Parts: sequence; structure tokens; C-alpha cells
Amino acid sequence: MPKLTVDGVEVEVPAGSTLLQACEAAGAEVPRFCYHDRLSIAGNCRMCLVEVEKAPKPVASCAFPAGDGQVVHTKSELARKAQKGTMEFLLINHPLDCPICDQGGECDLQDQAMGYGYHSTRYTENKRAVADKHMGPLVKTIMTRCIHCTRCVRFSTEIAGVTDMGMLNRGENAEITTYLEKALDSELSANVIDLCPVGALTSKPYAFVARPWELKKTETVDVMDAVGSNIRVDARGSEVLRVLPRLHEDINEEWISDKTRYACDGLKRQRLDRPYVRGADGKLKPASWDQAFATIASNVKEVSGKQMAAIAGDMVDAESMFALKSLMTALGSPNTDCRQDGTKLQAGARAGYIFNTTIAGIERADALLIVGSNPRWEAALVNARIRKTWMRKPIKIGVVGERLDLTYDYDYLGAGPQTLAEIASGEHAFTQVLKDAKAPMLIVGQGALSRADGEAVLATCQAIAEQTGMVYDESRTETPGEDGAEPTVTVTPAWNGFNVLHTAAARVAGLDLGFVPGEGGKDVEAILKAAKSGGVKFLYLLAADEIEAKAFPNCFVVYQGHHGDIGAQAADVVLPGAAYTEKDGLYVNTEGRVQLGVGAAFPPGEARADWKILRALSNVLGQTLPYDTLEDLRMALNKAHPVFTGLDVTESADWSAFVEMSLTDGKMDDTVPFASPIENFYMTDPISRSSATMAACTEDFVVPKRKAAAS
Amino acid sequence: MLRDEDRIFTNLYGWFDWKLAGARKRGDWSNTKDILTKTPEDVVEIVKASGLRGRGGAGFPTGLKWSFMPKQNTGKPHYLVVNADESEPGTCKDREIIRHEPHKLVEGCLVAGFAMRAEAAYIYIRGEFYNEALHLQHAIEEAYEAGLIGKNACGSGYDFDVFLHRGAGAYICGEETALLESLEGKKGQPRLKPPFPAGVGLYGCPTTVNNVESIAVAPTIVRRGAEWFAGIGRPKNTGTKLFCISGHVNNPCNVEEELGIPLKELLEKHCGGVIGGWDNLLAVIPGGSSVPLMPKATCDDILMDFDSLREVRSGLGTAAVIVMNKETDVVKAIARLSAFYKHESCGQCTPCREGTGWMWRVMERMVRGEAEPEEIDTLEEVTRQVEGHTICALGDAAAWPIQGLIRHFRPEMERRIAARKSGAPVFETPASVAAE
Repeated sequence: MPKLTVDGVEVEVPAGSTLLQACEAAGAEVPRFCYHDRLSIAGNCRMCLVEVEKAPKPVASCAFPAGDGQVVHTKSELARKAQKGTMEFLLINHPLDCPICDQGGECDLQDQAMGYGYHSTRYTENKRAVADKHMGPLVKTIMTRCIHCTRCVRFSTEIAGVTDMGMLNRGENAEITTYLEKALDSELSANVIDLCPVGALTSKPYAFVARPWELKKTETVDVMDAVGSNIRVDARGSEVLRVLPRLHEDINEEWISDKTRYACDGLKRQRLDRPYVRGADGKLKPASWDQAFATIASNVKEVSGKQMAAIAGDMVDAESMFALKSLMTALGSPNTDCRQDGTKLQAGARAGYIFNTTIAGIERADALLIVGSNPRWEAALVNARIRKTWMRKPIKIGVVGERLDLTYDYDYLGAGPQTLAEIASGEHAFTQVLKDAKAPMLIVGQGALSRADGEAVLATCQAIAEQTGMVYDESRTETPGEDGAEPTVTVTPAWNGFNVLHTAAARVAGLDLGFVPGEGGKDVEAILKAAKSGGVKFLYLLAADEIEAKAFPNCFVVYQGHHGDIGAQAADVVLPGAAYTEKDGLYVNTEGRVQLGVGAAFPPGEARADWKILRALSNVLGQTLPYDTLEDLRMALNKAHPVFTGLDVTESADWSAFVEMSLTDGKMDDTVPFASPIENFYMTDPISRSSATMAACTEDFVVPKRKAAAS
Repeated sequence: MLRDEDRIFTNLYGWFDWKLAGARKRGDWSNTKDILTKTPEDVVEIVKASGLRGRGGAGFPTGLKWSFMPKQNTGKPHYLVVNADESEPGTCKDREIIRHEPHKLVEGCLVAGFAMRAEAAYIYIRGEFYNEALHLQHAIEEAYEAGLIGKNACGSGYDFDVFLHRGAGAYICGEETALLESLEGKKGQPRLKPPFPAGVGLYGCPTTVNNVESIAVAPTIVRRGAEWFAGIGRPKNTGTKLFCISGHVNNPCNVEEELGIPLKELLEKHCGGVIGGWDNLLAVIPGGSSVPLMPKATCDDILMDFDSLREVRSGLGTAAVIVMNKETDVVKAIARLSAFYKHESCGQCTPCREGTGWMWRVMERMVRGEAEPEEIDTLEEVTRQVEGHTICALGDAAAWPIQGLIRHFRPEMERRIAARKSGAPVFETPASVAAE
């Protein structure tokens, strides 16, 4: 623990810290451009130069190790002069086009030039101009503004795992480029926009749209996947203009996927802004809320509880699901399910359906088995965390499923259930790898669980976890000290390496609050079959958009949701709900972490928050739900399901309950290999399907690969 | 003046056979096994005691550098890397060593490698040295065939490999860490220090990077003894040195001389004097393009060694003496050097990337007098903003020549500006107002 003095303040910092970290610990502000906590140290901007006594020249604090007894000055004349000198160099070839630059107002160079720049330039030569580079539909480049900090290059090679970016040429002709003028082939590519300290890389869809000070900033969580990335939604009026990442060390660190960031333009298209009722001519006609509710009520009257069913979608908040579940129970229907994709996960034992290791916990793992999942597309930030672990320490990774580029090396074990069975029986060499590991983990994806034999796959995965010691409690080993010394105690913290990776933001909450078939109830598959055959006569789709509703001519279908997507097309009554940016609500991510989403804008037109619609409808149906405010609803939810009480915490789930659960001992279907449920990362839900930006991404990234695979 | 029997490079001019047989006749590879029977510490001590300072430019004590290598087995191989990327304008000493005395270098690799417990030596040779690379490769192959290197080198039981790697012609790859990057197959950009190569070098292993000349003289020093080498030259500036004299002398040449020889003696004895006589001398760059020039007044009695030249705010550098007589447009000469550094900057760090271009552009205007007098101060300040603020020493090297020019020839720069303003000829008088 070196102790040093920074600007007269004595600080002690952990061994291995840099001078810059020591300066921060001492409360001294050191300007920087190239340095970033999560990237390797480049030390090339030379902005963080500070004076260290006895050093012959100023040192770059970001790259210099903090040492015992150093005396550091960050504001001495020497340090200030060095910093001002660097700032002058950075500005001589920078265009100073701040008035037309999208970074204006949130630009590191702009801010630091205020603190460290000269009042006017001494550079009278011509400024450098650099040709812009093509970087795809997301990243706009104005390369003349580039200050060559290489943050983007380091991000793409280290975090995103693609070697598409780099610096060409040398000296003042050096250019940051994507070499072949192609977009970064990564789901995390747009993070380079946030990293760019100047306006060289800016957001293409957001170009010239707004200034940061015009925007209302709301801190909320993302629902495009089940990761629950923390985001900030910037809106002007009721229009969401952009989505930015928010720091959460345990989930997304400070990155978000491109879909999280850019699907928001889908919030403006295909929106349901008023109720619709299907008329006698078979066409949906605008209606008032009263008319819509009356139509529903008249149909409900004629149907018994057993003939009713409800399916909840993938992006629904927990409160709405709870309200709908309560309503269906009150109407006497046990036919509720939130597992749209037909996954065979069971409610009840929480350890059996969450990501027990936690996302941050991945960094402790030293062996990993991925079963039937493409984490790169299903949960890009989980994949980034695996890559981070793989970069930093030896970890053996095995994959059963599709052979894909996951940005890290892995052993490809096999395509399907047969390999999984071999691992479970110990015939496969990877079993020993898992057994030998100190913290082995397994990730099973929905591609393996939503199959007909999903329950057998789940049981096999459970068996593997049991046999290879993936779950253990905290243990203490005591080594007796020599010659009467105190014994040393090593504590091995508890570990649960069994993980289910979800793709739907609403799924864990749905399972937590039991939005599954009740006693004698039907699951999704049975509901759909019964709706076709006439066994179910009233179907309530709560933003369930992956169901082809056209198939049920004899069933009265109510669709409540925010987009005129697949679900709404053949509904008999359409109730306009709110998208995730327009309502407050609880979401539970794949780790089982409860997070609060906050509305950033109002729903369009007559659309309302989903729980309010359900509350109003319950009134019309004569089964009034006992809450008038969202707070009351949450109280009821917490009371019924205490798991929702703690916000932003992950509690270890009881493993034995999952082990004791009776899973099928049926066989897996060897003939069908595992495949990820996501065919196109950029279009997975009604919002991203409506997004022009996501369509452009599909065109640029997915279509060429499909064509190449087809030919 | 160096006595003939004290010369190390006896075939500097290529009058004799450069191959193994010829080299053996001149004493190379004689009893190398005896050297390898010493302990590595002993060899390091001999080199330390000889006072040998690195011949690549910085003048860091070679023995001391070798002693930085880990003494205990770290589980990683140690490497010796020889910097033969000789690209400093004016310098051509390593080229001659490789052309005519390649076995001195190969034997030096073995001795130095042994002293630092290295498994192998990598010689990084400048890409343009094509024929030289052929000579060196031939010498390495001869040495392998004769059992001098490779498994059981010289019958000593010590295994040592020597590899030759050709660069692609970037000046920056002569910077030791950029050289390591390039050797590893990456873009030649200097690394941040610390960690220093002795800790984390080539492929992350302990590495020492030495200049060709430093390595080539090592076997002779060990053979003839530290006292002999330390007896030549001046205290702390001992031994013999190859000087490369170019420019306005009657007989430009490479010559091995003792350190501390007066510049005037060096030029007049070996180079036939300055063209037009000593009084026609304008300035001398004493150590390759990177060091500040010296005006004639300084040249009159300056001694050519590390410390004497440092005292007059210049440096010995690579001992590449560039002589300029009064025919020289000294501002243009320095502007040409600025163009060189602008061209060779790697572009990694800000002050050098932006500063070298700025300095060169201002220098180009200074040549024509198209500037304001106060811009000379700005230029000086810009050089100070580059110097010492960069990752590697290229920034310093780009700044120093301009600082030397302003220090010694400011009146000439001001005259040009005034002449341009008044409409008088800018280039008429050849630097006659040079003064200090």
C-alpha cells in the first residue's frame, strides 16, 4: 500500500494503482482523454502530465505506477504548463466547429479546453483535414475532429472482441479507421460513440436532432433483453430521442448493446394510440375506451372462467402481470402463462430459472459450459462479461449448440443433446474440466429449453451441475500456524454455477409472481391449441407479440400493448398500452435482480399505463382490483411475492428446492441440435421490429451473412 | 590520437576478408570459450569496469544496463536484442561494422548474451541494409557451422541462438521499445515505460536492447581487459569510438578514434579539414541529426565525448559529425531535419504528432523569412512543449536541433524576417551574421 502526497494531501492507495488513481483518491482533478478505467492504458494523449518531485520531466500519471513516498503536484507551474501545452497541440488541428458538432455541450475536449486551453490560438498554419470513414448505420464519423486517443480502437479489440479498427499511417497523417471502411461487426459497436471524447464518432440516427441541454434525462432500465442494462432515456417532450448507458458495475458496467441504444426510434412507429374494436365487416375501427371495455365485458359474460386464458408478453412490467393474474384468478381462469416461447422452465424453485452466478459473478468462474445459447445475441453484455473474464484469466469454455463466433475461444463440444448427455454421464472429457474447476459454471439458453424436450434438457443440466460440484456453500479451511502462530483461515465463498439465460425482460418476474398455469390450467401450447379448437373462447394477450393471433377464428382475442405488431393484427379488441419508456414498473432481469423502470415520456394519444387499463377493465367486468394507485399495487405485489421487495439486489436462491423439484425423466431428442431462438439480433420485439435503425442494421449485418450462408 | 594497436575494428574499411577465416586472423573468436568459462557476473563486471557507455546515442553505461537483467531464474527466457536499425541522419558506423566486421557483432552477441543469461539474440537490422543483411546472415551461418553459436556454443556447454530480422524502414523502429513491438510483428510504436524492457521486453520476457557497436566491442574488451579500455579516452568517457564525419570536409569518412579527441584534430587529421579552411566553418552537428548544433566558436576547442559535449548543451549522440561550412543555409538545413522528424513521427502521442508538423511548417517559413520576429519565441516555446512530454525520445530529437538553431543563429533568422519585410534579398548573404 504505497503512501504518497498529492498536492499536499497524503493518500494511501492499493498497490498497483496508477498515479492518476492516486490523484483521484486525493481529490485532485487530472485532465485526461485517452485514459479510461475499463480499457488498457495507452498513455498517448499526454494530457494527464503531472509533476513528480525528483523525476526529470513531467510524467503521464495514467501510466505511471504510484510509489511510496512520491510527492506529486498536479497544479504546479510545470504540470500546468505541460497540460496547457498538450491542450494547445490537441487544438491546433481540431476544427473548432463546436456550433455544428453533435458532441457540443457534452464534449471532453470542449470542457477541458475551458480549464486548460489558451484564450486564442498561436497556430496560423492550415489545419489538417481527414476523410470521413464509413462505419455503418450507427456511427457517424467526422474524422477531422479525431484526437487519436485510440479509445475506440481499444474498446473494439478488447471489449467488443473485433479487430476491425485501428490506426493507419503515422505522424500527423495517422488516421483512426476501420481499415476496410466497414461497420464494426459487433453488438456493442455504438459504445465507441460514448467513449469518443470529441465529436469524431457521433450517433448517426441522432445526428443534428437535439442539444443535450434540451433533453429531459430519466434514469431507467432496459427491456430489450433480459440483462436489465441500466440506461438513461433522453426525451424532448413526449419523444424519446436517445438512450445512453448508465453505470452499473454488476450488470452492464458502462456499456449497452446497439439494440438497447437504437431501437428507441421504434417507439414512434406503428404505435397504438387509441382503442380499436373489430366491426361486423371484420375491420378494426377506432373506438372509445368505454366502447372497447363494453365489447370485452359482453364477451366475457358469455364465457366461463375455464374457457378464458391470458398470455403475457416479453416486455411487460411485473405490476401489470400481477394485475392481470389477479383479474384472471378473480374471473375463475387458471389458464395464464408468461412463457410465450414455450420454455419448459418451472415456477417455484427460483434457483431453477435464474442466472444464479450473477453477471458480475462470471468473473470468478474458471470453467464454463454454454448449452444451446448464443450469448452474443441473446445477452450481449453477458457475453462481454464472459469475454472480459476470458481476457483476464485462464477459463476453459465449452459450447454445446451452434458453432458461432462468440469473440472468445472455446472448445466446440457438440451440436445437441447427445453431447450434453455424454457430459452428464461423465463420458465426455469436459466433465473432468468442470470437476477440476474451482468455480465451474453452466449457462443454458432458451434455445435448449423451449424445445419439446426442454424439461429433459433442464434436468440434464441440473444433473451436470450436481455432479460437477457447481453449487456449494461457503467453506472455511484452517491451516495450522507454525510454532504456535495464529492459524490462517481461507474462506471460499458460496458458489452457484447453474445459470439460465433469459431473452425476455419480463420472464423472471412472470415466473416469480406465478404467471403460469394454475391448478389444472393450460400452458401456452395448450392455450393455443384450445383456442384453435374452441376450448378457449376468450384470450387476453398482454403485449404478447410472438403469437400468431390470426389462427383463432372462434376465439375472442383482446390485445393490450403498445405496437400494432403481430399480436394486435387479428385481435377483436385492441387496447393501447404504454411502452417501457412511458410507464413506471418493476422488471426482474435474468439474475433475479428487481429493478425499477421509470417513465420518461407520456404514452401517445389515448394510450395508458398497462396496470391502469387492467384496473379500469376489472371495474367494468365487476371484479374491481383492490388498488387505485401504483403504490397500492406494488404493496399488494410485495405482500404476495416478497421477492419484489428488495430493489437492485441479488439474493442467492435455494438450490435444494430446485433439486427436489420433480423434473421429467424423459429422454432428450437426439435428432434435433440446439439452436438459438434469436435469428436476428436487431429485431426481436415489437419496438425493434418497428425501428428504422434496426432495419438498417439488419440490412448491413444480418442479411449479407444469411446470403453468404445460403449460397 | 588512437594508436593502431588499440584499434578494435581493424577491418573497418573492408580491406581484408570479412568472413570467418579473415575474422579469425584478426583475433575474432579466439578463445571465446575462455570467456564463457567465467561467470556471467564476471563478464558484466569487466564491462562495467571498462566504463563502456552505450554507443547508440544516449550513452548509458552498458555494463550497468546488463546488470538490470534478473539474476534469478524467472521462468521466462531472457533475450538480447541488437539494434541495427541505424537510421539517424549522418550515422553510418553500424553499417560498416556489419559490412566488414560482422563476426565481431556475432561474437559480441554470444558474449553479451552469456553475460545476461539470454537464450537468444535478435538482431533487428534496418530494411535498407540489404547487402549488409546478407553479410550478417552469412556470418551467422558460418558461426553456426563452426559450432561457435547454437547448441553448445564454442564447446562451452552454453546454448545460444542468433536470429536476424529485417525491418521495413521506419526510423521510429530504432527506438528500443518500438523495435520490440516491430519485432513482435506489431506496428512500430514505442511502449510506455515503466515497465522497462529489462523487466518486460520482447514477448513479455526480460530483454536488453543494445546498439551494434556496444555489442561488437564487448568481446575485445573482455579479452584485453577492462583496464586497457578504460585507459583510452577520458574519465567516464573511456574507450574507442567510431566517428562518422560527413558534410563539408575534404574527406568524409568513418574512423575509429578515442573518445575525447578534439573536434578540430578529428576533422583535420582524418578528414582533410573543413572545405575552405577551418575559418570557413559555420557549425557542426556533433552527434547525428538529433543533437543541437555547435557554432564555430564552440568547435574550436571542444572535445568529442559525452560529457564535454553535454556541457556545451549538445551531445555525442551516435558520434555522427555533420560539418557545415559557410556555404550552408543553416536555417534550411535544420528545416530539413524538422521535415525528417515530422515524416518519422509515429503519431501515437499528441505533442510529437502535432508538434513536429507545426515546427516544420514554421521552420519552412523561417527559411524564407515569412514570419514575425516574435514567432521565433513561439517556435522556441513549442519545442519546449514537445521536449520531455512524449512517450519516447523522438519528440526531444525533433525539438533539440531547432533549439540549437535559435540559440546560436537567432540573428540570422531575424535578419531574414527583416529582409523579407523590407524587400531586401533574403538569401544573399550566406549566414555571415552567424554569431553567439
